[in-house]
Amino acid sequence: MKKRLFCAIVLGLPVYAAATEPKVSEHILKNGLKVLVQEDHRSPVVVSQVWYKVGSSYEPGGITGISHMLEHMMFKGTDKHKPGEFSRIIAENGGDENAFTGTDYTAYFQTMNASRLAVSFELEADRMRHLHLLPDELKKELEVVTEERRMRTEDNPQAKVGEYFSAAAYTNSPYKHPVIGWPADIANYKVEDLEAWYQRWYAPNNATLVVVGDVKTDDVFALAEKYFAELKPSEIKPIKPQTEMPQVGVRKITVKAPAKLPYLTMGYKTPSLATAENEGEAYALEVLAGVLDGGNSARLSSRLVRGKQIAVSAGAGYSLTSKLPSLFELEGTPADGKKITDLEAAFKKEIADLQSTLISKEELQRIKAQVLANQVYQRDSNFYQAMQLGTFETVGLGWQKVDEYVKKINLVTAEQVRDVAKKYLIEDHLTVAYLDPQPINEKAVNKGDK
Amino acid sequence: MRRSLLGLFLLALSQAVWSSVTIEHWQTAQGSRVFFVHAGSLPIADIVVAFDAGSARDGKQAGLAALTSGLLDTGAGQWNADQIAERFESVGANFGASISSDMSSVMLRTLTDKPLFDKAIETMHAILTQPAFKEADFQREKKRTLAGLKLREESPGDLADIAFSKALYGDHPYAHPDSGMIETVTPLKASDLRAFYRQYYVAANAVVVIVGDLTKEQAEQTVAALLKDLPAGQKPAPLPDVVMPAKAGSQHIKFPSTQTHVLVGMPGIDRKDPDFFSLYVGNHILGGSGLVSKLFDEIREKRGLAYSASSAFRPMRKKGPFVLGLQTRNDQTGEALQVLNQTLSDFIAKGPTEAELTAAKKNLTGGFPMRFDTNKKLANYVAMIGFYELPLDYLDTFTQKVEEVTVASIVDAFKRHVDLQLLQTVTVGDDAKAKSGK
Repeated sequence: MKKRLFCAIVLGLPVYAAATEPKVSEHILKNGLKVLVQEDHRSPVVVSQVWYKVGSSYEPGGITGISHMLEHMMFKGTDKHKPGEFSRIIAENGGDENAFTGTDYTAYFQTMNASRLAVSFELEADRMRHLHLLPDELKKELEVVTEERRMRTEDNPQAKVGEYFSAAAYTNSPYKHPVIGWPADIANYKVEDLEAWYQRWYAPNNATLVVVGDVKTDDVFALAEKYFAELKPSEIKPIKPQTEMPQVGVRKITVKAPAKLPYLTMGYKTPSLATAENEGEAYALEVLAGVLDGGNSARLSSRLVRGKQIAVSAGAGYSLTSKLPSLFELEGTPADGKKITDLEAAFKKEIADLQSTLISKEELQRIKAQVLANQVYQRDSNFYQAMQLGTFETVGLGWQKVDEYVKKINLVTAEQVRDVAKKYLIEDHLTVAYLDPQPINEKAVNKGDK
Repeated sequence: MRRSLLGLFLLALSQAVWSSVTIEHWQTAQGSRVFFVHAGSLPIADIVVAFDAGSARDGKQAGLAALTSGLLDTGAGQWNADQIAERFESVGANFGASISSDMSSVMLRTLTDKPLFDKAIETMHAILTQPAFKEADFQREKKRTLAGLKLREESPGDLADIAFSKALYGDHPYAHPDSGMIETVTPLKASDLRAFYRQYYVAANAVVVIVGDLTKEQAEQTVAALLKDLPAGQKPAPLPDVVMPAKAGSQHIKFPSTQTHVLVGMPGIDRKDPDFFSLYVGNHILGGSGLVSKLFDEIREKRGLAYSASSAFRPMRKKGPFVLGLQTRNDQTGEALQVLNQTLSDFIAKGPTEAELTAAKKNLTGGFPMRFDTNKKLANYVAMIGFYELPLDYLDTFTQKVEEVTVASIVDAFKRHVDLQLLQTVTVGDDAKAKSGK
């Protein structure tokens, strides 16, 4: 029974995939702007994203978080448009928009009716080269970003652990500092800092324009030429490598914060797809993450949450697409009556198991079936597909690698999974962070009627 | 230039809406209401089975509905939790169960390739009709729920939500949080879950939504396979009406955070309220439209007081909340609250300008196709239409209803539904730090 089903997956699915595989077209403008288009005519909408090759891992000390700050300032006016007008124009055209910053990218997006694509292009082209950085706007927006940091990190114990954890795990890699920046750096950005950062990175030859939706590829290329071609390229000077020092022993830290439950994060140094000597290792690590945490039947749920009941929640993750070497992470909350060190020991036992015993055929098949299915599900979302193209292109992998993903995962063997576990998930390359909960003692006060 | 583009765009939009979403509706012999949309471009199906079995049905046992939903896939028919998970995941299917105040939803996303699809449906059928509620699974999931409830107490935002619902709803079933309270979950027994399941997870109380690459005949067969042997049962009695708070109230919870979370509001409207579109469009202008609303402009753009500031009507079976919220540095709470209240009272007194209304309509009608541009979003929309018994042409008439809203209808609707004398205010943060500055 089971065997027959797997045949159905292996034989049946690639037929679907081949029949309707989305096609991506690339066009590079003379000024270096790369345009990627994928047509999807299921709904009369389009997503348009501009990705810049800059993020927190590009930032030197003293101005950490400046990529994110600049992302906020990108809505604050240009030669042509007053502060806030960008958002008003997009809204009036029925659009949704926002932006996001990561370690390796800064990206801006609009989703709109497909006929409004020109509106998005005109505005994005304008702010790519003609931003106005005004001191009064910066002053207010500094406060907004500080509130954002309070909300995301300061008042969230697990996020706080995450921040200290990264700072401890990396010696000199720029992944050491948070994307939103250290508070002292945020408080001291000057207009000149932002101006310099903008001039250094915001240029057509440092950007990728990704369009997915109900469009004709040639029309999008023509539209891109119309709005972006006149922008001048810059000389983009590559950043220094800041290659992470080898880790030469386990690192452990404790974070005390007002909290109700303990929490554990562990991370092993691992290469990403872009930095692996042998890319098969990166795909094997991706499968390994699936063995531990690829659903409710994966090992952390079935063995630690249900079987031994050591954890109330447990997760694992690998960042395949980071630009620099990163961490294979495990995190979780111990069950009532279990100590945080019990959970740590249980995680390590799972790692040891992966190093000594081959994963089962069923586990490997399950992961491959999920990957195949997810590839079909993802096509339900233009936004997700654009995200993938933008990410792969911006971290230096090239968008063509998106298509290889399923094929490469299918090639991974149980032996390779064991081998990467032995090679990379080793004690000397491990960092552990413990959340030590401090009392909260909240108290309600009825202030009565107003 | 812009004008001609707009004309073109409206034409494209209306064609798309008319041609793309046809909701087929029928009722099974057992009384389940089925809503089917054929979406043929991807070999996938999204299925939602919804029951009127949300936390509003908890009675005094707050958390009962959530735990019942949480236990469904931990053992059913001949399979335990591991086997159920393996059965779904080996065919690449995604399964989920969740609740809200009104609704319990059991969801499946699967490929439509027959052997894969059949295995996923067979598994979901067992979950819907033969959940085991075994003692060992129950004890484990209860402990995990209790851990989750403790974790909630780390979050000033969650504490604010809990206090806010209590302030709005008093003794009404909407007053308690979906996942319950430590003191109400602790005494729950597996037999309570079994009884709750038997009463509410019945055919007469079920709405089935299918969106995907199936024919109508296949959809009918799927519904039959999913609900086979589910007792007809009865629809539960309607929930009690919401009683408005007698007067305005204000509550502060002292919490060691750097920000104070602020919530202001009162019970708003139910899903079928005839004022829905006036309030929806009006609120879009007030605080519902992300980066361009009045509240966002006053709180964030003009003063830098918060990262997010917004307002919403959340219509439910009975009057769901109307809520305005923000988070700000402790010592700015007074100022932020004053600006928030002033923005609301100005809006109620004057309403929006014609220009603001026109801009909001352009955003809502222009962005309309994006509300259901994926099968997943469409399935959720259809589930909402089906569960709340909204007209089947809800999507077709949406833009027209938005266009019919006027400044006068907004002013009139807000005056009747938002009474400043009844507003409930909840703040959670460190007021000691508020007094001494940063």
